[in-house]
Amino acid sequence: MSRIINTLLIGISGGSIYSLMSLALVLVWRSTRVVNFAQAGQAILSTYIGYVVVTHTDNYWLAFPVALLSGALIGALVDIFLIRILARRANSGPVAAIAPVIATLGLLGLIRAIVGMIWGGDLRRFKLPVTNHGFTFGHTTIPFAPINLLIVVTTVIVMLIFSVIFQRTNLGLALRASAFSPEIARLAGVRVDLTRTIGWAFAGAAGAIAGVLVTPTNYLSPNSLDLLLVSGFVAAVIGGLESLIGAALGGLVLGISLAFVLEYISSSLAFPVAFVVLMAVLLIKPAGLFGGKRVRSA
Amino acid sequence: MSGLVVNDLHVFHGAIRAVDGLSFSVETGQLAAIIGANGAGKTTLLRALTGLKSVQSGSATWNGESMLRQKPENLVRQGIVHVSDGKSVIPELSVKENLALGGLWRRDKKDVAIVTKEVLDLFPRLGERMSQSADTLSGGERQMLAIGRSLISRPSLLLLDEPSLGLAPLVIEQIFQAIKSLQARLNLTVVLVEQNAMGALRIADIGVIVNLGRLVTVGPSQELINNPALRAAYLGY
Repeated sequence: MSRIINTLLIGISGGSIYSLMSLALVLVWRSTRVVNFAQAGQAILSTYIGYVVVTHTDNYWLAFPVALLSGALIGALVDIFLIRILARRANSGPVAAIAPVIATLGLLGLIRAIVGMIWGGDLRRFKLPVTNHGFTFGHTTIPFAPINLLIVVTTVIVMLIFSVIFQRTNLGLALRASAFSPEIARLAGVRVDLTRTIGWAFAGAAGAIAGVLVTPTNYLSPNSLDLLLVSGFVAAVIGGLESLIGAALGGLVLGISLAFVLEYISSSLAFPVAFVVLMAVLLIKPAGLFGGKRVRSA
Repeated sequence: MSGLVVNDLHVFHGAIRAVDGLSFSVETGQLAAIIGANGAGKTTLLRALTGLKSVQSGSATWNGESMLRQKPENLVRQGIVHVSDGKSVIPELSVKENLALGGLWRRDKKDVAIVTKEVLDLFPRLGERMSQSADTLSGGERQMLAIGRSLISRPSLLLLDEPSLGLAPLVIEQIFQAIKSLQARLNLTVVLVEQNAMGALRIADIGVIVNLGRLVTVGPSQELINNPALRAAYLGY
């Protein structure tokens, strides 16, 4: 019984990170209809910036907001200087229509190369903000540690902040209107170019948070978030790609499933299983487990 | 020159000259009905006037200022509001949110509240459905919502694309009467694009008849209604 609960807790912690990455991908997809492969690159660059702050100040809690803001800024710049220009020409031919997606793939490679040039390819350690030794109850120590609790709590806070912004503020209304129907939003006076960029900035921030949360439990290298990108995509597709709630739930479903596979079957199966889940969802319910009109508005 | 002045406007729709040298003008406070068959270039005309479609050549001014090559969201800030064809509402948003959208950019929140109340007085059925999502509305209610939202932007020039599309005759009559009374009450200049020629001309001050992107004739709507040749050729009976 306790093994099941422990596995579930670890799954929720891992799933939280997937949810954040998935949220980043969904925010970009909703605002510009671009599948953003560069998200892993943007997140890794933000995380390295956080790493620089940690190594110089020895303070994780300073690195966190710095990485978050860098992520937002990088996201906004990618939209303004790359995606917006490509999207304007989207009707000028068959290549132009998919050009933004191809460009994000190119950008992923470019950012990784730049990060490699600046910081090299060595695996680096990120200072732990809180311990990764599991909580102890009496004489038993469980795998779930304060770092996992930090991940889950931070993710919940981030999700709550996003849901308040989207559901309760004028900015959120403008963001949703632009996502659902850019033309009608513009005719109502919404500056859609701006809301798109804000969507990219929010996504960049969410990806950066995923990066600085997951890296202390792992190591940092120019490619260390690539697998997270894959998990983020799987989670986003499970969630239906359109809704923030779907992104969150998709991440949890994936995280918990992977935790159980790792614990009860084999640790080498984790990524094959992620892809099997992805293909099963696409084949059986292409709109995503949580997709469809009802959650789209959320 | 005050009012809307369109001069020798050319707009392509793909390879087709959808608007092919169109000129007409609408004085401030007038309601103009743009009439013509499907494919006459009416919708393209409105989209070109409000920055949704790029213009080849020609000019269009509102109170002397060029309105071409501007973004629709900037035109809204100058009082030029376009209600696009179909029911121009966002189905995933609630009625309340659709209305709020028209006033998001406005600084004068007091006036937004005032005009929202006026809209709800004009279309009480919207008030009963404020928290419902817009896709639960009937076609007529969606049109009321689209027009209501446009009013919250406090337009001086309102461009309406086929508000009668897909509505029952009784509902069309209601919508047309609402447009007519708004024009008079708010001193709105209205450009009403319609396939329902007779209905539109009955409430209009002037009619602009277009065919294949070109002007056929422009004149007081009563004269157009009474002209037997036009009736036979363009007004459907």
